[in-house]
Amino acid sequence: MGEAIVVTSGKGGVGKTTTTANIGTALALQGKKVCLVDTDIGLRNLDVVMGLENRIIYDLVDVAEGRCRLNQALVKDKRFDELYMLPAAQTKDKTSVTPEQVKDIILELKKEYEYVLIDCPAGIEHGFRNAIAGADKAIVVTTPEHAAVRDADRIIGLLEQSSVESPKLVVNRIRPGLVKSGDMLDIEDILQVLNIDLIGIVPDDELVIKAANNGEPTVMNPDSSAAIAYRNIARRILGDAVPLMQLDRKMGAFKKFKKFFGMG
Amino acid sequence: MTVKSKHVRIKGIKDGLVFLLDDKCPFEDLLSELRYKLEHSHQNILTGPIVHVDVKLGSRPVTEEDKEAVLEILKGQGNLLIRSIDAVVESAQADQDVLFIMSGIIRSGQVVHHVGNLLYLGDVNPGGTVTCTGDIYVLGALRGVAHAGVDGNQEAIIAASLLTPTQLRIADCISRPPDEWGARESSMEFAYLSSGAMQIDKIHNIVKVRQGLNVFKGV
Repeated sequence: MGEAIVVTSGKGGVGKTTTTANIGTALALQGKKVCLVDTDIGLRNLDVVMGLENRIIYDLVDVAEGRCRLNQALVKDKRFDELYMLPAAQTKDKTSVTPEQVKDIILELKKEYEYVLIDCPAGIEHGFRNAIAGADKAIVVTTPEHAAVRDADRIIGLLEQSSVESPKLVVNRIRPGLVKSGDMLDIEDILQVLNIDLIGIVPDDELVIKAANNGEPTVMNPDSSAAIAYRNIARRILGDAVPLMQLDRKMGAFKKFKKFFGMG
Repeated sequence: MTVKSKHVRIKGIKDGLVFLLDDKCPFEDLLSELRYKLEHSHQNILTGPIVHVDVKLGSRPVTEEDKEAVLEILKGQGNLLIRSIDAVVESAQADQDVLFIMSGIIRSGQVVHHVGNLLYLGDVNPGGTVTCTGDIYVLGALRGVAHAGVDGNQEAIIAASLLTPTQLRIADCISRPPDEWGARESSMEFAYLSSGAMQIDKIHNIVKVRQGLNVFKGV
């Protein structure tokens, strides 16, 4: 039986889909059987970020309504044999599936895959309840901004009331320069308010945008500092003790790479 | 008439009897049961030499007329000499003086309301709200909204280990700390109303607004 992890944030645009795609790919890179599930019905993005948009035939709603078998709707990744994606429908809305239906689908996927990563839509309404219905664990993504931290706090409160285990935090899009000059919230400030375990910090990296537009998860690019961060998160999910990335040091690509292997 | 419930208990003490009267049941039931007990049972105790009687009404709120009614029934038995009749006047006031302890994190969007005084062990995050009819003491960081004395109690105070709230309210007074307070060092502080205006002070100065506290003066 695999493990279902929901990636959520409350606020939109903090990097849930990017995080889902990259952690999922990083887990596949580690040789795990992974399935990504997009629950953002009506506003699906995960397929675009993964570059699998043109391979979609059936979607989550089709499975829920019995128009196809679960296996027919799964899209196999172009890079990894053990990485699959269940896309959301683009023509329906969030209310076209119920939390119970999603829960059944996730349960089915957990039998087959070691990790099921669920990409949650923004907000705290029906879509959020769908996404967390089948999840065992949660990763809360936030950025170093007050608005994002406030929404993450709200989400954590809701998760604590649900059956999902203690959520873990990813602080995304950190700009070390701004943190140093005091213009950006630092990790300590965020942790003091949210009071949950940190599972990773991801520096702001232009390569992420470039990669997403090419339908190629950043994780594949070892020159990207965000890629290293996502790989570290994947290893922490697998139970490795990986120290947090040092952000205040300016590192060349070679040094970063050396450091990555030095730690591994 | 049969009386099944036990609203009236009679206990023997060294020099007399104590009537323990239930304080939850309707008063009428209590009177009829008392009447019944005196007339139909305990014949051997209730006849004979004069016995001193203490009546305890528990925490029932009683008027003088109610007490009279009880006495009237007891006087029906010639040998009972009523020594005292009392009710414990703890009432709601006493309940509220007790500090209710609660713990956890009040996160954004969550609201905690308490009737009485609240000691909160944990943080109140921005977007979280704690309201109380009495005082609020936060052993943690107060970053959200706190409203003490919601029913209009102007004497209520708000204290916190780290007092950096989004907004503070005491009774009808609302204060926006960051704008109105200026820069302070953040130590254990409390907020109170002084002639309708919100004031902030170090916690040890609480004796200025709270007379009757036990004050440590050194040994």
